[in-house]
Amino acid sequence: MEQQYAIEMRGICKSFGSVAANKDINLNVKPGEILALLGENGSGKTTLMNMLSGIYKPDSGSILVDGREVSINSPEDAKKLGIGMVHQHFKLVDVFSAADNIWLGDDKSGQVLKKDRYDVIRDMAQKFGFDIDPRKKVYNMAVSEKQTLEIVKVLYYGAKIIILDEPTAVLTVQETAKLFDVLRRMKAEGHAIIIITHKLNEVLEISDRVAILRKGEYITTVDTASTSEQQLTEYMVGRKVELNIDRPEVDKTRPLLEIRDLTIKNDEGAVAIDRVNFYIRGGEILGVAGIAGCGQKELCEAIAGLRPIEGGMMIHQGDNIVGLSPKAILAKGISMSFIPEDRLGMGLAPSMSITDNMLLKKYDQAKGPFVDRKLGRAEARQVIADLEIVTPSTETPVRRLSGGNVQKVLLGREIKSGPNVIVTAYPVRGLDINSSYAIYNILNTQKKDGVGILFVGEDLDVMIDLCDKIMVLCHGRVMGVVHAHKTSKEELGLMMTGALDLSSKYEDKPAGIARDSRIEESREVEE
Amino acid sequence: MNDSVSVLTLFLFNIVLVNIPLLYGTVGEILVEKSGSLDLGVEGTMAIGAIFGYLAGCAADSLLVGLAVSFLTAGLCGLLFAVLTVSFQANQNVTGLTITTFGLGLYFFVGKGIGEKWPAMTSSSALVDGFAPVELPLLSKIPMLGKAFFSQNLLVYLGIGTAVLVWWYLHCTKTGLRLRAVGENPGAADSVGVNIVLYKFAHLIAGSGIMGLGGFYMALYMSGSFEGSNCWINGYGWIAIALVIFANWNPVLAILGTLVFGFFNTLQIYAGALAGAFPGALGWLGSVPPHLLKALPFLITAIVLIASSIRAREGSGQPAALGMNYFREER
Repeated sequence: MEQQYAIEMRGICKSFGSVAANKDINLNVKPGEILALLGENGSGKTTLMNMLSGIYKPDSGSILVDGREVSINSPEDAKKLGIGMVHQHFKLVDVFSAADNIWLGDDKSGQVLKKDRYDVIRDMAQKFGFDIDPRKKVYNMAVSEKQTLEIVKVLYYGAKIIILDEPTAVLTVQETAKLFDVLRRMKAEGHAIIIITHKLNEVLEISDRVAILRKGEYITTVDTASTSEQQLTEYMVGRKVELNIDRPEVDKTRPLLEIRDLTIKNDEGAVAIDRVNFYIRGGEILGVAGIAGCGQKELCEAIAGLRPIEGGMMIHQGDNIVGLSPKAILAKGISMSFIPEDRLGMGLAPSMSITDNMLLKKYDQAKGPFVDRKLGRAEARQVIADLEIVTPSTETPVRRLSGGNVQKVLLGREIKSGPNVIVTAYPVRGLDINSSYAIYNILNTQKKDGVGILFVGEDLDVMIDLCDKIMVLCHGRVMGVVHAHKTSKEELGLMMTGALDLSSKYEDKPAGIARDSRIEESREVEE
Repeated sequence: MNDSVSVLTLFLFNIVLVNIPLLYGTVGEILVEKSGSLDLGVEGTMAIGAIFGYLAGCAADSLLVGLAVSFLTAGLCGLLFAVLTVSFQANQNVTGLTITTFGLGLYFFVGKGIGEKWPAMTSSSALVDGFAPVELPLLSKIPMLGKAFFSQNLLVYLGIGTAVLVWWYLHCTKTGLRLRAVGENPGAADSVGVNIVLYKFAHLIAGSGIMGLGGFYMALYMSGSFEGSNCWINGYGWIAIALVIFANWNPVLAILGTLVFGFFNTLQIYAGALAGAFPGALGWLGSVPPHLLKALPFLITAIVLIASSIRAREGSGQPAALGMNYFREER
């Protein structure tokens, strides 16, 4: 007899207004199986899964759980059917303890909160093989702890079908390996698991079958054992894609930007960057790797003049930039583009048009009190053409564009100002393969033009392929600067967690200080 | 000396007596804000609870009927707020201001409409007796403090009891835990099956009802004498919103906040008497301009608001999703 599916979706359609997010999708997963749901951004993966978790209702089509047709009207219905989803943006109450976050949805215990709930949660977590501190507040947790808590939560509610939305996006290599162990164990216990991702190597590593969506349409489901990265990419994108990232060799100049003993505090007053040294030459890409919140944001903000520093030097082509206004730093040719987690939060005004966003940085150059859109419009047109931005017009509000196009607008504007140093953080955050490669190409073009690039990234595979050198941060300290072609993901992962410190590997040459530094020279001039 | 003690006792007594409506308003607003709704309609809600509670209490000659009607009519204001902001996703600030305008308007409309036939509080012995001091056994025998805190009317005890009960509800029950989750992160609460709409409606109605009790208290304190120019509530609703922040969304701290604000509020009335009773220590009070004393409570409120806005987020009791409407399918 054929094994029954834990979940079966038949002919699911869902539209938002006039936009069809899902068109006639079929999907199924068996107990004890891991299904990867693969697709580019905006292909409707999360929408589809949210129909299982009760956030959305399908317009048409049917959902079967254990062979029985069901209607899921709310997250509560999903919970009762044994469907649990770990959302990409965790659904946790920050000010609550771990136990209270789980207790929230508990129907079994009594009305009065008792102290023993902490023990109940701890014991339960241990039964599933997790070690969590039930009294720890969520705001004190690292990302991986929050994710563990989310998984424990859905297991506590008795989920047999577990959906994970991009679970590895925020994890280090080691944490990802640990997560995969957990998933394999849950699979062995008979859970049905659906994992959303757009990382192909992970798909091949963890899944039994892969379902592929493209632009809201169901393409096919294939057995993982009989497919390849190349084939999956073609299904996902719809055509052949070159999967190699170039690292062009460019003649390097003397250091453009030199950072010495830089110390910065974060918003809470704790040390975010601790006596950091590094330098960027023209024609090179320096990667910055580190787990989320290890000071990358503060570093970028300090270089752009948005955050005061506690101590140290920032020297640009021999000139001190500490204490200069953001505008003066911009005028020196240092541009910063930071893509925050919510992607629209920094650098662009979402409800303004592309044209107006182009003008944001040079509003003061126009003559008279009125806005002159002519210049901005011309620039907008050029950026749209150069970077192949998909948009109805130059006057479309930026928030209506898809994520990749928004990021291209931001990067395009920064490049337009002709910088000699580009600081870019997470420029491909949340982007699909196509758009990501477009962004890498833009950066490489700049590199060939002799621009120095500081690239704060998440994906170690990409950083190893794209960057010339990689600096690893851990809790605000430099763990070392390594050559990208000589390092490995494992080495970087160890450095990110602080287990490996290469900062004093060469005694004669401290990490992050250039031999041909311009700092000593400029000092002599001053004296 | 005996005389100066009695002035001080009376001063303390009045700090409690005059300012308890603030406690009702604050505790009600805390309950509402913990569900994520920022209701600026406290003033209007209290006014509605005050006038309808008073009229019903007089007509039925019953304290209980007065309390119940003030709770229910004010609760209707909460229901209105819930329908507008939860069901129709209207802006919370504007809706709250509308309810204040509406409540005050209805207050004057009804009061002036009744005109000559306005019932005097003396016509209802139940209300007069209900507002009379009740001495608690033993506690009221403590010198000075006994008279000030434990020889108050029933509604004072009810107000303090409500504050403690609401604290217990918020922090020691599972419904309270879920309520706080709704105010902090409705998406998280929704995803584990908490009924957001139900929680918001229920607590807007209950919180507004508690505000209404404060209005009813104010009506009795003013002996039910209706004036066409001044509302009984007289700005207490607005102070209550500030006190929520002062109390850091903690109903028990709200008792302290009420007393602190009440101290300065009552000082302006008793400055002369205190200066006379303690010419040595407090004689200078007599020479402080009365206008400054009158402004003092508001000055203190402003300072407290500034101080509490500096407080770190982690120690703050402010619900993270305060003032934001929740829509499950939002992308």
